[in-house]
This record gives sequence, C-alpha cells and structure tokens, in this order.
Amino acid sequence: MRTLQQVKNELKDYQGEKIAIMEVCGTHTSSIFKNGIRSFISPQIQLISGPGCPVCVTSATYIDKIIDYSLQENHCVLTFGDMLKVKGNNLSLTEAKAIGGSVRMLYSPLAALKIAKENKHIQFVFAAVGFETTAPIYALLLEEIIKSKIKNLKLLTAIKTIIPAITYICDNEKSIDAFLCPGHVSVITGSSVYNDLAKKYHKPFVIGGFEGEHILAAVYEIFQQVLSKQYSAKNMYVSVVSEDGNQKANAIIDKYFKHTDDYWRGIGVIKKSALRLKEEYLDFDAGSYFDEYLENSPINCRCKDVILGRINPTDCPLFKRTCTPLSAIGPCMVSTEGVCGIWYKNREVQQ
Amino acid sequence: MCVAVPGKIIEINGDKAKVDIMNNIVEVNIRLVSVQIGDYVLIHAGCVLEVLKKDLAEEILWMFNELQEGANENSSAG
Repeated sequence: MRTLQQVKNELKDYQGEKIAIMEVCGTHTSSIFKNGIRSFISPQIQLISGPGCPVCVTSATYIDKIIDYSLQENHCVLTFGDMLKVKGNNLSLTEAKAIGGSVRMLYSPLAALKIAKENKHIQFVFAAVGFETTAPIYALLLEEIIKSKIKNLKLLTAIKTIIPAITYICDNEKSIDAFLCPGHVSVITGSSVYNDLAKKYHKPFVIGGFEGEHILAAVYEIFQQVLSKQYSAKNMYVSVVSEDGNQKANAIIDKYFKHTDDYWRGIGVIKKSALRLKEEYLDFDAGSYFDEYLENSPINCRCKDVILGRINPTDCPLFKRTCTPLSAIGPCMVSTEGVCGIWYKNREVQQ
Repeated sequence: MCVAVPGKIIEINGDKAKVDIMNNIVEVNIRLVSVQIGDYVLIHAGCVLEVLKKDLAEEILWMFNELQEGANENSSAG
C-alpha cells in the first residue's frame, strides 16, 4: 500500500519524458501558484496555462463597442469588475469612465433588473462576457427581462464555450499531452463531454477541483494515465460535477442561445465556440454579431503564444519590463484570471 | 470569472434563497437547481449552479482512496 508521501515522491522524482499538462481555467492557474503545486512535482511535469480567462480572449472590437455604449448619452454599461481594465483597440472601460462614460460594476447579472426598473430613462447594456459557467445566468437574466417587460436593458454578448477551444488546441498545438479540465465549466457541461475528446486525441482529460489537494490528485491521475498509456476522461470533482451536467442550466441556455463561430482575441476564429442570442430574441441584443474583428496587437506582445501554451509569460520580452498589472500592455496581464497577471503577482513563488 | 463559492441554504422564497457563505447571509437565485433548506450549494454570480453532493472532506478522502487504488493497481501490474 502506498502512502501520500510516496505519491508525492513519485511526482517529484519523475525523470522520464516531459509531460505537458494544460489547465484551461484561470482559477486553476491561480490555485496552482497559491498552493505551490509546482514545488511538489518534477520539472519534467509542466503545468501550462491555456485560454482559461474569458476577459483575455474577448475581442478588442467587442470592447470598443461596449465602450461606445458607455459614452453615448443616456446609456449605461453594466459589467463584472473583471472587464473594467482590459483595453480594446483604444481605451478600457475604466478609461472611458474617466472621460465621462457611464459604467457600473455588478456582482450578479440579475442585479441589473432592479437597476433598470428604477432608472427607466436610461438604456442599460450588460456586458455579457464569460464561459459556460456564466451562460445560464445570462439566460435567466433574459428570461426575467422578457417576463417583467423591461425595455431599457439589453445584452451585448461575448459568451464563449471552452470545449471547442480545447478541441482547437488539440488540433493545432501538438506539444500538449494532457488537460486539467475546468471544474466550474464542467458543473454545467457535465463530465461526459470529455469522453469523446479523450478517445479522439488519446490524451488524459481530468476534471479537477480548486483546492491544492484536488489539483495534486488530478495531476497524479494524469501522470498515471501517461505512464500506463491508458488515456481517458476522469471526473475528480464529483461533489459538484455530474456526468450530464446541470440539465436545467443547459435547457435554459438552449432556449435562448445558439452556437455560432466566434473570434478569440489573439487566436482567431474558433468554430461553434460562441453562444449568441437566437434570432427571435435579437430585440434584446445590443449588436453582438460583428462583420469583422479589428485588433491592433501591441508590438512584441506575446499573449497569443501564452494562452496557446507555447511559451510561459516570463518568455515574453514585455513581461515585468514594460507590461505590469499597473501598466498592462496585453490582455493577459490585466485580468485577475489572466495568465501573465497571475504569474506576475506570484513571481516570488516561481523563484 | 468562473469563480464559485460554497454556501448553505437557510431560507427559501420561491425562486430565491438566503444562503450562508462563511457567516455572510446573501440572497441568491435558485432557478437552476432543486434545493432544500440545509443543502450545501455552489454559488456563482448570484446564482446557485449546483447542490454539493458530499462535503469536501469526503471528496478529498475519496480522491486519495482512488489514488491509492490506482497506485496499487499499477504496482501489482508492474
């Protein structure tokens, strides 16, 4: 019988071929640092961050548009705090506010209902950004807007689905050997969505929770699958992730949204990776369908290579030199869940 | 952005419930789940996303049992 200490030793003493494990959730990235997971494992087991921060992959064109709304007379943009600092092609919402834009931060999309009812003379636009986790809440918001006949609240959506992004990475980035699958996205999608991926790409897809123990256990599961060359999808966050996911949530998503292609900042178009309002609900949409996406990438910014797992943030020439959380150049440095921002704030841990 | 926290249902009023999140009482929407008073739930952006099936301690215990089984299988196979 093996003890936990022996498990840790196995992970630490491993000297075989490199195993590159990508996590596609910003909260995982953060927790890996907070719990010092890298200190428990061999340098041959690499933990690489993927496109797990919705703010970082929201197109600059979308951000420009939400900023335009904030600057229009009698308009107000409602948003999660994460979106405030990320720049579009020119400004961020915070900068727009400084020049007179109207922006309010909310913790829940549903709080927008009361604000809209109490301020009927203002047209509100909710910046509906996020992954599968947040999508059903936007659907609930829309349902309430319709039920309460609210006329002055619309959604500008940039809701993305992470499963097509994982598929994109499997097809295009051959250096990734395994995936630590996102815990709270999987609460909605269910664990079964990873079964086909594991079969098709012959890689481990392991869903993990967010405590240090959860992540270490998921890494060990991946490690064992790689050693035994027996690859499968495995759910190690069973307290909240079921095989089929949250059926009520999926039903309400399907009622209001449809899957369309979408543009990911720094990556490009990924097929069927957006949830956009269906035609019959476009009266509640503030113009989420764009004909083209303009992106003035900052010179030398390597955010794209960071979120595709090609380099670590420390390999970017701007990291910690000209790009810092207080003066961010790329989107990944701005958001609290952005890979570069997390690496910057935890740099003591890496050393 | 997908951050979610656990809490305990203490009162239910139609589509809304009061939850205790580390001694903070917060009102949340429960349209996406079926809950009862006393249930532990996972909350994201003002909504309950799922009911916690086991407590965390039990899950971690389960994980390490699994790990041990996996390790034993591997060692017996090798």
